[in-house]
This record gives sequence, C-alpha cells and structure tokens, in this order.
Amino acid sequence: MTWPIMVILILLSISLIFNALGTIGLHRFPDVYTRLHAATKCTTFGTIFMTFTVMAYSVREYVITEEAKFLNMAVHTLLALVALLVTNPTGAHAIARAAHKMGIKPEKAVRDDLKDSEVN
Amino acid sequence: MKRGKAFISTFLLALFTYLLLTLAAGQSMVEEAPLSHLLWSLEELVLGISVALIVASLTDHILCRKRNYRMLNPVRWIVMLVYTIPLFIEMAKANFDVAYRVITGKIEPAIVKIDPELKTDLGVTFLANSITLTPGTLTVDVDDEESELYIHWIKVGTDPTENIAGRFVKWIRRFAE
Repeated sequence: MTWPIMVILILLSISLIFNALGTIGLHRFPDVYTRLHAATKCTTFGTIFMTFTVMAYSVREYVITEEAKFLNMAVHTLLALVALLVTNPTGAHAIARAAHKMGIKPEKAVRDDLKDSEVN
Repeated sequence: MKRGKAFISTFLLALFTYLLLTLAAGQSMVEEAPLSHLLWSLEELVLGISVALIVASLTDHILCRKRNYRMLNPVRWIVMLVYTIPLFIEMAKANFDVAYRVITGKIEPAIVKIDPELKTDLGVTFLANSITLTPGTLTVDVDDEESELYIHWIKVGTDPTENIAGRFVKWIRRFAE
C-alpha cells in the first residue's frame, strides 16, 4: 500500500469515527440542546475530514492521470466545505433558538441566563 | 455613484465564485500556455461575467446593506484565512472533549450569557458561528442591541466570557472591526 492511500484511509477513518460518535451521542444525550451538540458538532468535524478525504483522493488522481476533471472535483469539494462551515452552525443555532422560544427547558441545567432575562 | 461600490464588490464576489466553480472544467482559450487545461474558455468567461452582472444588479443592496466597506481590504481576508487555523485547533480539542462526554455521559449543561464587546454585525456573526462550530458550546440567542450572546454550554465552568469567547475575540477583532 502506497503512502497516499494510507493518508486517504487515515482521513476517512477519523471522519467515520467522529460521525459514529455523533450518532451515538444523538441517542445518549437527554434533551434537544445536548443532542444538537452531538448531532451537529461531531458530524461537522467528521464531514470536514470526509471532504479532506475527497480532496486528497482527487489530488492524487490528478497527479497520476493529469486529467483536469479531478482538480475540478477538489475545488468543488473545497467550496462545499466553505458552505458546510457557514450553514451548519447557522442551522444548529436556528433549531436551538426555536426550541428555546417554544419553551423547551434545557434538561439537568444548572443555570439559564436566557430564561432569567426573559422574566425580567 | 453611491451604488457603484456595492455593485462592483458584489460583481467581483460572484465572478470569483463562478471562476472557482468552473476552474479546470473544460477547454482553455489559450492552448499552448503551460497548465492551459486549468484555465477557462472564452465562452465560460463571457457567461460568467454576464451572470455576475445579473446577480450584482439584483442583490447589491443585500450584500452591502450597511454601506460599510472595511472588508474590501485584502489584509482582512488574509487574516480571516489565517484565523481558520486556530479555529480548527480549537475544534479538534473540543471535539475530543465532547467525544469523551458522549461515551461517559458526564454532562452539566447550562445557558450562560457572554458579552464579547464586539461592535459590528459581522464580528458577532463570526463569533456566534465559531462558538457553535466548536463542540461543547452552542449559540442559542443573541441580544441585538447589546450584542450579547446566550450560549448553551455542555459542561458549565467559571468565567464564561473568557473561557468560551476569549480565544476567538482577539482574532475576530483583527478582521471584522
């Protein structure tokens, strides 16, 4: 096995481990907010590494075959990564805000500044 | 002429994105040049410029709503790119922390208020997104007037403003304010 394949496999393993942890967390955590932590953050990190995998793979193919379409794929994946980094926290924030506006309390919470500010 | 600057910035941004998307996608207009298979064809350029013009004429009032052109300075864009490195390191560290909490189930959640003392909308947006991207902290709400953020913290600690936002604020001040 050559070293570029090794790099690709390592990146892919990291990505799968974090995506799996995110999914486990989704089942283990008690309420919507803590589940959002697991479901959006761990999977974001995992998916970032998945885009790294695709980029590493396409650069390797480009070096071997010198076909421009592989470089095109790498650039598209990079743009997808930027879109992911912008939209993922925004979506998580929207869900959390909507949940709090609906009056869902964070379970096991020791402190809730937002609730206090609404009362006053 | 008041609209011109907003129009040109939107146009350049749209054109830049289009050129990135079509990089190395087809035939180049200069065949002999080195790496010519990476460049764009004449048709692509004409289409890209027309689409960017249409997009700019429709949306320039949205992108530059505040008539604030600090971000035209390229140094700010470079700092923004450099900022991704500390952000990524923080993300990696915090990811291991959340992974540990996923496995052991040791959580102590709380919603805390932080006051990052950023003045611009862009800075607050960047800070809120950075906080949400780092696992363990999640922006729930924002106070528009005071630019204070409400953060859901999975393991509550002391001094939330410093511990959650401190590491990002000094970077964000460099390019967004």
